[in-house]
Amino acid sequence: MPGVAKGTARASALSKKQDVLAERLAAMTLPEGGVWATERRKDALARLQAMGLPAPRDEYWRFTRPQLLNAPAPERAAVFHADEAPIFDEIDRLRIVFVDGVFAPEESDDLALEGVEIERLAEAATKDIHWAKELYGVLETRGQDPVERPHAALNTAFATDGLLIRVTGKVTKPVHVTYRHESETSDAYLHNLLKLEAGAELTLLENGPAAARFNKVLEVEVGDGARFHHVRAQGRDHERQAFTAMFARLGAESLFKSFTLTANGRMTRNECVIEMTGDDASAHVAGAALGHGDFHHDDTVFITHDAERCESRQVFKKVLRKGAVGTFQGKILVKRGAQKTDGYQKSQSLLLDDTANFLAKPELEIYADDVACSHGSTSGAIDEDMLFYLRARGVDKDTAMDLLVLAFVAEAMEEIEDEGLAQAMTERLDGWLQRRRGA
Amino acid sequence: MLKINNLHVQLEEEDKQILKGVDLEVPAGEVHAIMGPNGSGKSTLSYVLSGKDGYEVTEGSATLEGQDLLSLEAEERAAAGLFLAFQYPVEIPGVGNMTFLRTAVNAQRKARGQDEMSASDFLKFVRAKAKDLKIDAEMLKRPVNVGFSGGEKKRNEILQMAMLEPKMCILDETDSGLDVDAMKLVSDGVNALRDGKRAFLVITHYQRLLDHIQPDAVHIMANGRIIKSGGPELALEVEHNGYADILAETA
Repeated sequence: MPGVAKGTARASALSKKQDVLAERLAAMTLPEGGVWATERRKDALARLQAMGLPAPRDEYWRFTRPQLLNAPAPERAAVFHADEAPIFDEIDRLRIVFVDGVFAPEESDDLALEGVEIERLAEAATKDIHWAKELYGVLETRGQDPVERPHAALNTAFATDGLLIRVTGKVTKPVHVTYRHESETSDAYLHNLLKLEAGAELTLLENGPAAARFNKVLEVEVGDGARFHHVRAQGRDHERQAFTAMFARLGAESLFKSFTLTANGRMTRNECVIEMTGDDASAHVAGAALGHGDFHHDDTVFITHDAERCESRQVFKKVLRKGAVGTFQGKILVKRGAQKTDGYQKSQSLLLDDTANFLAKPELEIYADDVACSHGSTSGAIDEDMLFYLRARGVDKDTAMDLLVLAFVAEAMEEIEDEGLAQAMTERLDGWLQRRRGA
Repeated sequence: MLKINNLHVQLEEEDKQILKGVDLEVPAGEVHAIMGPNGSGKSTLSYVLSGKDGYEVTEGSATLEGQDLLSLEAEERAAAGLFLAFQYPVEIPGVGNMTFLRTAVNAQRKARGQDEMSASDFLKFVRAKAKDLKIDAEMLKRPVNVGFSGGEKKRNEILQMAMLEPKMCILDETDSGLDVDAMKLVSDGVNALRDGKRAFLVITHYQRLLDHIQPDAVHIMANGRIIKSGGPELALEVEHNGYADILAETA
């Protein structure tokens, strides 16, 4: 019977995925902790074991081979000690540093900031009473449906450290987390948890290559009327591998804005899962990725509208050359009753030569009848007419190309509200372009 | 200033000859006009001189003050003092007009061995020039030519010309898409740049523009060649009788 054959095939595909997981877990043990942390971790492990690790044939991994992220150990990744001006240095912020996933107290500020309770997971997990016990892994678990995200469950189970941040006021000083990379073989897991109480405000800055292989989860609960801004620059070590996932739940009239700049990296999969559960909320996710050579960059976004009059924006731009690959899979799910939804997704690539590759899968799934949802996905080369126009004014070809690349990315940059932060990102991008002139 | 000798040009992609032996000389300080029917090769001439890709020069030469133009990159020609005011100025979303102007001015200064202009000097410079052309601050802030009206685009071209201070200006149908007031504004902008040394080559379909920008000489181009040259009266003749008579007498 065909049904049985199909069922058997599925069962065998699952058992293979579980075998891959078993290999990964062979040398791993759950971190020790108090009751709540142990429960959460065991729960995550059970969910993970039911899923296994992704297989290349999984629809959600069609564009990105999961092997590097699945393998028991990371591929060696050289540490790129380049003379680059430290990012966000001119900004008054609370600085926290992790080196290869390990907290570096000597480089970090005291974890104290007005309007914020901030603690490390490593310490909080040993306490039996902690606000995080109600939230740790909760949004990640919700984000597993309807699409499985095994690496995120793996993170919830095995992350030993990270930041637990509860925001009660309008915090003007950003929290800045730097992830430094020193070991060529480090395999780091960090789990950050943010809770913005009603009306609270926080800006989170993140940067750095983190580790040879980095698995990071960020869960963000944005309360009613709260505002969360997030700007990150993923470090430019060429051989690093990363899986990151952001899970956010948005209350009424709240705002969530996230921008990511990715320059280099052999493998980066950035997942973003947003659930809009309160009316009139707004979610913006944007990214700019720059790749040259052995570079694979994947943006996977899933936004669920489950309330009225919410707005969501996805703006992703990728600049690719010399065999670099960019992928995008973005979905907007509008649930029944989520009327007056305004959803938009844009994914574009600029292919600087004909060896670069861009793969995109935009999806809209809509169960409400009074909504405005659209998507736009394009792939193209530098516009020759624009290039000639600039050159005819005396701008040399390299400068003209760089100007057009910056122009292409500008729309994603505009998603950064703070001008100083936007400027910092633009300078990074510009530096990347200049270093590649004539290459 | 500009010397073109027996210039033959064909399209790179297809075996199609566009210019079939153009001879033209524009001395310093003079304004020359080129008129001619559609498809005669006027715009091609302007593109070939300014270095656009897609054309192949098969014969002949073009020099600016004795310097071989055809061996230079587009940006080198600009730095050498050549300027093309585009018939269809290109829209560049994401690049601010001000950034564009500043990049262009400084690129040319650098190519000529001059220091880059400071931000405040540049601002003063651009404001003064923009004011003459009735270009407001808002237009300078917007992305290059994006959302500009036809007249605004042409004014923006003349602004660039005024800022870059070229030696040789080619105006490709700068009058197209302009109403009477805009034409006056643009012409005033051009006339303000006439200084006895700078030379102009004005490509146009209509005599009207030449009422405002008075030429020293008028050339008629047809089928890839200059077929007749004369004084300003030649433009009037075309305006009254069309090209048929001239084409017939030179055929």
